[in-house]
Amino acid sequence: MPLLEVTDLRTSFHTRSGVYRAVDGVSFSLGKGETLGLVGESGSGKSVTCYSLMGLVPQPPGRIESGTAMFDGIDLLHCAPAQARQIRGKRIAMIFQDPMTSLNPYLRISEQLIEPLLIHEKISKADALVRGLAMLEAVGINDAAKRIHSYPHEFSGGMRQRVMIAMALITKPEILIADEPTTALDVTVQAQILELIKKLQSELGMAVIFVTHDLGVVSGLCDRVQVMYAGRIVETADTRTLFRSPRHPYTKALQRSIPSLQPKGKELYTIPGLPPDLSKPIAGCAFAPRCEFAVDRCRTTDPRLVAINPGHATACVRVQSAEI
Amino acid sequence: MPAPILQLNDVKTHFPVSSGFFVRHQTGTVKAVDGVTLSVARGEVLGLVGESGCGKSTLARTILQLVPTTGGTVILEGRNLTSASAAEMLLARRDLQMVFQDPFASLNPRMTVYATLAEPLLVHKVVPPDQVRARVTALMEKVGLSPRFLEKYPHEFSGGQRQRIAIARALALEPKVIIADEPVSALDVSIQAQILNLLSKLCREMNLALIFIAHDLSVVKHISDRVAVMYLGKIVELGPAVEVIEHPRHPYTRALVSAIPTPDPDIERGKKRLVLPGDPPSPLNPPAGCAFHPRCPYVQEKCKVSVPPLIPCGPNREAACVRLDEIGAQ
Ligand SMILES: Nc1ncnc2c1ncn2[C@@H]1O[C@H](COP(=O)(O)OP(=O)(O)OP(=O)(O)O)[C@@H](O)[C@H]1O
Ligand SMILES: Nc1ncnc2c1ncn2[C@@H]1O[C@H](COP(=O)(O)OP(=O)(O)OP(=O)(O)O)[C@@H](O)[C@H]1O
Ligand SMILES: [Mg+2]
Ligand SMILES: [Mg+2]
Repeated sequence: MPLLEVTDLRTSFHTRSGVYRAVDGVSFSLGKGETLGLVGESGSGKSVTCYSLMGLVPQPPGRIESGTAMFDGIDLLHCAPAQARQIRGKRIAMIFQDPMTSLNPYLRISEQLIEPLLIHEKISKADALVRGLAMLEAVGINDAAKRIHSYPHEFSGGMRQRVMIAMALITKPEILIADEPTTALDVTVQAQILELIKKLQSELGMAVIFVTHDLGVVSGLCDRVQVMYAGRIVETADTRTLFRSPRHPYTKALQRSIPSLQPKGKELYTIPGLPPDLSKPIAGCAFAPRCEFAVDRCRTTDPRLVAINPGHATACVRVQSAEI
Repeated sequence: MPAPILQLNDVKTHFPVSSGFFVRHQTGTVKAVDGVTLSVARGEVLGLVGESGCGKSTLARTILQLVPTTGGTVILEGRNLTSASAAEMLLARRDLQMVFQDPFASLNPRMTVYATLAEPLLVHKVVPPDQVRARVTALMEKVGLSPRFLEKYPHEFSGGQRQRIAIARALALEPKVIIADEPVSALDVSIQAQILNLLSKLCREMNLALIFIAHDLSVVKHISDRVAVMYLGKIVELGPAVEVIEHPRHPYTRALVSAIPTPDPDIERGKKRLVLPGDPPSPLNPPAGCAFHPRCPYVQEKCKVSVPPLIPCGPNREAACVRLDEIGAQ
């Protein structure tokens, strides 16, 4: 049985200018100890998927329209607030994309760091501080003892991001949802953080949902990858298969855009066109207007995510009928 | 070499650090930027890389005079910004724009995208009022955002969309120099490529000088003409981007380059990394001599004695290591 099973999650934002279907029917499962990469177009609903699981979608304007997310027999999307508090922040923790906005500028790092411990465990403030300090050291903050009482603005972008990571890991969660946790980190510190996550995974069997744009990080860390476009999953496979033989035209185009694989001095390949307006109904495949393989059928048939090989599914009707 | 548009001479920015939970007292100084000399020419892209916390953002904020400079001078087209009055600085701002690392914190949450982009155009009277809307729409298209977003507020956007609004705002005044602090790290690779193409094109066509701060060395290599590597407040290596990243000379640059993740699961998992021993140094209590010596695989006694200066090591290249000749090129 998977640790987490998400079925048909739909989250929209009801704004003055219309209803935005940010997440539009997402289903996936996550096993114990598994690392699932979530990649895709900026604005495709990766963060909103994570927020929905964490109960952090601002409502209104947000609304969870449908779906279930089963964790240990409990539906995270519909459980009682008291039950949710027992799980979120303790058994499921999240690292946010914006470290500065998710740290309180008026509170010292120390207070924010140990808050989850004080809430979820019977622990004295002094003991919590000891663990907070150890965690700050584990994420590579130097002179942690001297700097733990600083305010967020006194830390660099990467240091704040590491504080967020320490806060998420301090309760030893069963699932870590990491939304671009290493974007502000240099490659050596990034490598150190990824090692720390791997270590906690092998020690605690922690499962990880890792949202990132860095396909290099995905290659090294994730067991399986899910590609999102316009609120839906368009392809999923084990990491090796996804990099070696991507099938969905969006995944292929994404891979073609990686700067390091293109010659210097030339204009970089980019996917032509703009992503669709999620407040308008989309006929057929959302990627069709930008897809070089699109035919008439793509603009009328709603593609479903269907397995084309064991463990490899794609939402492209032309791939499914073996035309491309 | 053409005359530089921006010149930094021995720039220093130090912060006092205080500690204590109840009573805070100064316990030290963080030398966030500690003697940086650099120049950027018109149309040039200078990549700035280095460990988290080494002072890249502080250097950027120092150039814009957003933090008080402890020492040295910042010269923009012959104007000394370190001694400029508020009025002079306002004028200079038009030529010198910044894209901040944290786009959410730098966008006003109560202003729509339209207002955010129109404001600089109106304040600096760039175009007549009746043309503002057209200009704003053009800016949105430049960064790959649909004009239908104009009446939205920052919180209604994804991280990557906000980043592009911040870039559009920096471009609004057609500045001569842009300092972009991690401008593409929150973007998917296709939009990354789009922004990189846009920035390169602006540099070429409008002779824009760009200081590009990033952690992704493959992106830095792609866009930059030259790259400067920082370690603990100082530049430790400087030279043509491809040369420095493909054939790094300073031991820190070597470690940095070896840690670049490759988008290939087979290579990535089998790869040998030059793992740096020990922790990043404390900026509060920097090591004596070369700041990198406690983690350097090539360390010798002489490295602990004095701070190594940047010395020439090849065409247009410099590195700050006393053992360059002994450890050779990679
Ligand atoms: N509070 C909100 N109100 C209105 N729309 C929103 C809100 N939050 C998110 N959205 C919209 O939902 C969509 C999905 O956003 P989300 O943040 O999940 O994207 P993402 O995949 O994480 O992108 P990125 O890679 O840029 O972080 C976007 O189009 C965004 O504009
Ligand atoms: N206002 C401040 N008060 C005290 N210390 C500060 C302040 N701003 C920055 N620092 C310190 O200066 C050093 C350099 O910070 P800076 O933000 O310039 O790093 P950076 O190279 O941009 O790192 P990153 O890659 O993580 O963004 C850090 O040790 C940081 O803690
Ligand atoms: Mg996001
Ligand atoms: Mg920074």
